[in-house]
Amino acid sequence: MDLQQFQDTEFPVPTELQSNVAITSLSKLYNWGRRNSMWPMLFGLACCAIEMIATASSRFDLSRFGMEVMRATPRQADLMIVSGTVTKKMIVPIVRLYNQMPEPKYVLAMGACASGGGPFKEGYNVVSGIDKYIPVDVYVPGCPPTPQALLYGLIALQKKIDGQSLANMDDVPWYGVGPSEPTPVPILGPDIIDPRQMHIIRQQAERAAQGLPAGVRELPAIPQPEKKKVPAKTGQGAAAADGEMDPAKAERLRKREAALARKRAREAAKKQQGEG
Amino acid sequence: MTDIAPDQDLTAVDIDGALDYLKQRFPDAVREDDREGYSGIIVDKDKLVDVATTIRDELGFNYLSSATAVDYLGISDHMEMVYHTYRISGGGALVFKAQTDREKAELPSLVPVWKGADFQEREAYDLFGIRFEGHPNLRRILLWEGFDGHPMRKDWKEAYYEQDHKPFDSRWPAGWVHRAEERTPYGKNVRYPDNLDLSRLVDVSEEDVYQSLGLGVDVQQLDSDDIATERLLVNMGPHHPSTHGVFRMVVTMNGETIEKLEPVMGYLHRNHEKIGERNTFLHNMPFTDRLDYISSMGNNFGYALAVEQLLSRGARYDAPTYRAEVIRVLMAELTRIVNHLWAIGFWLNDLGAFFTPVLYFIEERERILDFFEAVAGSRMMCNYMRFGGVAKDLPERLHSVANLVNDKVRDYNTMQYLTELITERIPRTIEELEEYLSENEIIKARSIGYGYLSPEDAIQYSTAGPLLRGSGIPYDVRRAEPYSIYPELDFDIAVRDEGDMYARYLVRVEEMWQSVRILKQILPRLERTQGEPIMAGKPQHTPRVPLGEAYGRVENPKGELGFYVVSAGDPKGPQNPWRYHVRAPSFINLTPLGLMCQNHKVADIVAILGSIDIVLGETDR
Ligand code: SF4
Repeated sequence: MDLQQFQDTEFPVPTELQSNVAITSLSKLYNWGRRNSMWPMLFGLACCAIEMIATASSRFDLSRFGMEVMRATPRQADLMIVSGTVTKKMIVPIVRLYNQMPEPKYVLAMGACASGGGPFKEGYNVVSGIDKYIPVDVYVPGCPPTPQALLYGLIALQKKIDGQSLANMDDVPWYGVGPSEPTPVPILGPDIIDPRQMHIIRQQAERAAQGLPAGVRELPAIPQPEKKKVPAKTGQGAAAADGEMDPAKAERLRKREAALARKRAREAAKKQQGEG
Repeated sequence: MTDIAPDQDLTAVDIDGALDYLKQRFPDAVREDDREGYSGIIVDKDKLVDVATTIRDELGFNYLSSATAVDYLGISDHMEMVYHTYRISGGGALVFKAQTDREKAELPSLVPVWKGADFQEREAYDLFGIRFEGHPNLRRILLWEGFDGHPMRKDWKEAYYEQDHKPFDSRWPAGWVHRAEERTPYGKNVRYPDNLDLSRLVDVSEEDVYQSLGLGVDVQQLDSDDIATERLLVNMGPHHPSTHGVFRMVVTMNGETIEKLEPVMGYLHRNHEKIGERNTFLHNMPFTDRLDYISSMGNNFGYALAVEQLLSRGARYDAPTYRAEVIRVLMAELTRIVNHLWAIGFWLNDLGAFFTPVLYFIEERERILDFFEAVAGSRMMCNYMRFGGVAKDLPERLHSVANLVNDKVRDYNTMQYLTELITERIPRTIEELEEYLSENEIIKARSIGYGYLSPEDAIQYSTAGPLLRGSGIPYDVRRAEPYSIYPELDFDIAVRDEGDMYARYLVRVEEMWQSVRILKQILPRLERTQGEPIMAGKPQHTPRVPLGEAYGRVENPKGELGFYVVSAGDPKGPQNPWRYHVRAPSFINLTPLGLMCQNHKVADIVAILGSIDIVLGETDR
C-alpha cells in the first residue's frame, strides 16, 4: 500500500515518518476503501452481458480493480451494471433489485440499449434507457462496448467516488439522516406505468375522454435547413455560372422534394380524416 | 397431377407427390397456394387437424420445424398460419397454411398433432391475436397478461411509431430528427389505450403465471404416509445467476422434487420481428447478430440464405461466389466451436464447477474473437455476411484493435494465424477439455440419466441441435437439406442415443471435433481461392426483392435456425420484408423443459436448462 496517495499536504508529516504515518481526511480513506472494493451485481440482461463476462475473465481481468466479487444477490452488491436491453417486462424486477441494494449504490449503464434504447429503441416492449426509471452514474456507449470500454467506464466510476465527500450531503443522498426513499416500482398495465407519472397519465386520459388526441405530442415545427436555391429551368448556362449543381441533378432533387411534399400532405389529410 | 398407386410407400414420395396426394385425398379442403412466389397448399381450417395428421402419419413429415403467423392486412385482409414440416430422414419442406379472418381470428390448435406447436402457437396468439381452439394453455408468452393489443398486427403502432418503413423521411433526405422521447407526453416509450380505466390499474401478469400451474395457494400440506413434505411454489429468475440471462421458471415442488415446471419468458422480448418489418432487407442483417449473440456469424448466414432464396427468383441474381461460401463456412464452424465451448463452460457452472473451467474456454474464445474482429470489425456483433457474399475479404494480416499490451496478436499473417488456431490451439483445448471433463466422476454422477428426453419426444417437441441429436436422432440441416458447400465437405453427424445431459455434452464435444475436421478442409480451399471475388455482382444496399415467401435455415450451434421472410406489398418488389420471422432454436427447445425436469431435484433443473443451451436474445427475440 502506498501511503503517499493519502498524504494531506495541509499537515506535513516529517520525511522519516512518511512511510509509516499518513495524515489524511476521513473521506479520502473511506472513498479509497470503497472504490477498490466495488462489488458488482451478477446480473446480465442481454448481449452486453457476454462482454461483461469477458471483462471479468482472465484476459481483461476485473479483479485488478477489486471488482471481481460478483454477487448474485442485490443485498451484497454496490454496483449494478445494467448490461443489455431493458424491456418493460424486465424493468419491474430491475427497479425492485435496485431498491434492495444497500446504499451507497451505483448504476452503470452498459451499452447503447441501457443508455438510451439502442438498436431496439422503437420496440414496443423496450425501455428506451434505464435512466427513465433509476438514476445512472456512468454511461458506457457501444454495442456492445468492448471490455476495454467497460473498464474505462468502471475507472470513471472510481473517479466519481473519489470526488464524493462524507461532509457534503447534497452530493450523495445516502449520508443524510434515515434511509432514502425507494424508487416506485412500475406497474404492468396495458402498457408499463410509472407511478411517478400518474398525473400525466390522468391528464391524457381526460383528453382522450373529451375526444382530443391523447398520448401524442404535437412536434414543434422544424426549421428546415436553408436549401440551396434550385436554379429554375432557365437553361444550363445560368446554373453552371453560379457554380451550383448541374441542372439534371437539381431537377431530380426538385422532383423528389415535390413528391415528398405530396406524400406529407397525403398523410396529414389521412390523419385529419382519422381524427374527424 | 400424378396418380399415386395404392401400394406406394407414401413416406418416400417427393414433395410434389405428397402435395398431389393431399389434394386427392382432401379435394374440398386443400388447394394449391398459387400466389406468386409461394409454395405448398392452403388447408381449410375445419380440416386442418385431419390434414396435419395425414401429413405426419401417412406422408411421414413428422417434424414440425416452424409455425408462424402472417398478417396480410391491405393485401388480402386475412391472417395466415404457415407450417413448415420435414421428414426426420431429410429432404425439403412440406409447407401448408391455414387462413382465418382478421376480425375473428381462430384456428384449430395443432398441439395434439405436434407438441412442438405449443409455444409457437402461444406466440402467434400473443403477437397476432389468433385464438387456437384446443390449445391446452393458451396464454400470452412473450408479453404480459393485460397488455393492450397484439403488436405484430399490421395496424398496431408502437409509441415511437414514425412511418411504416425505413428510411424515415425525417432522417433522409430531409435530415432532421426528433428525439423519439419528444413524441409522447410521457417522455417514454409508452402508449396507453384511449379507454384506459384509471380506477382499475392492477398488475395481473403474476396472477396469470401462477394460475397456469393450477395452484392458488403457496404452501400446502400434503397428506402422505411417510415424512410430511410441503408443497412449495418457487420462483427462479428472471434475476438468477444460473438461468443464463433473464429467464424465469416457476416450479411447484413436493419437498425437493419438481412436480411441475412452467417456463416464463419475454423478459428480453425486444421486438425483433416488428422492427424487422420496418427495416429494409439489409437493415436486418445487424439485427440478426443480436439474436443468438454468441454465434452471430451463424445467424447472418441463415438470414442471407433466406433472402438469397427470394432474390434468386428475380431476373438479376448472382449466386454467392465460391470464395464467399468458403469464408461463410469458415465463420460458421468457428462460431460453432465458440458456442460449444461457451455452452459447456456454463453448463459446468450450473453443475457446480463455478467459473474455473469456463475461464479456460473463454481464453480460447478470445482468440477466435480476435480473428472475427480483425475481419469483420467487431468482436461479437460481426454483421459480416451480405446477400450474395460477405462484406469484406479476409485481410492479409491481422491487427486486432482489442489488444492489450500483453497480447501477442498484434500483427500476424492471417493464414498463419488461422492454421495455428485450427490445427493446434483449438484441438489442444478440446483435448484438454475431454481429458479433464469427460471422465470426471462428479460430472458423470450428476448428468448421466438426468434430463432424459426420448427420441419420440425429441421429434414431437420439435427440438433441434444437440438436444435432438443427444436423443439419438441424427438430424443435422447441413446434411438433411444441405446448403452452401457442405455437400463437398467430409464430416459426420455427432449423435448419441442416451438422451440425457451427458449425451448432449458428448454431442457438443464431438461436434467441435467435426468442426475442426471441416475447418481443416476449409484451409486449403481458402488458400486456393485467394484473391477471388467475395461478392457476386455489385453490392446492393436496397435490392428490390421479388415477391414471395422463403424459408432459409441453417444448422446453428443451438439447433435449426430458420428465417421465414415474406416479400409482399409493392408489386415492383419491396425493399422491406412484409414478414420477418425467426424460428429460434432456443425458444422451441424449451418446449419440453417441463417434461425433462419432472421428478428431478431443484439443483438439477438449472443443469438441465444449461444442457439445452439457450440464449435469451434468441428465445425472446
Ligand atoms: S447495446 Fe448492443 S450489444 Fe448491448 S444489449 Fe444492446 S443490442 Fe446488445
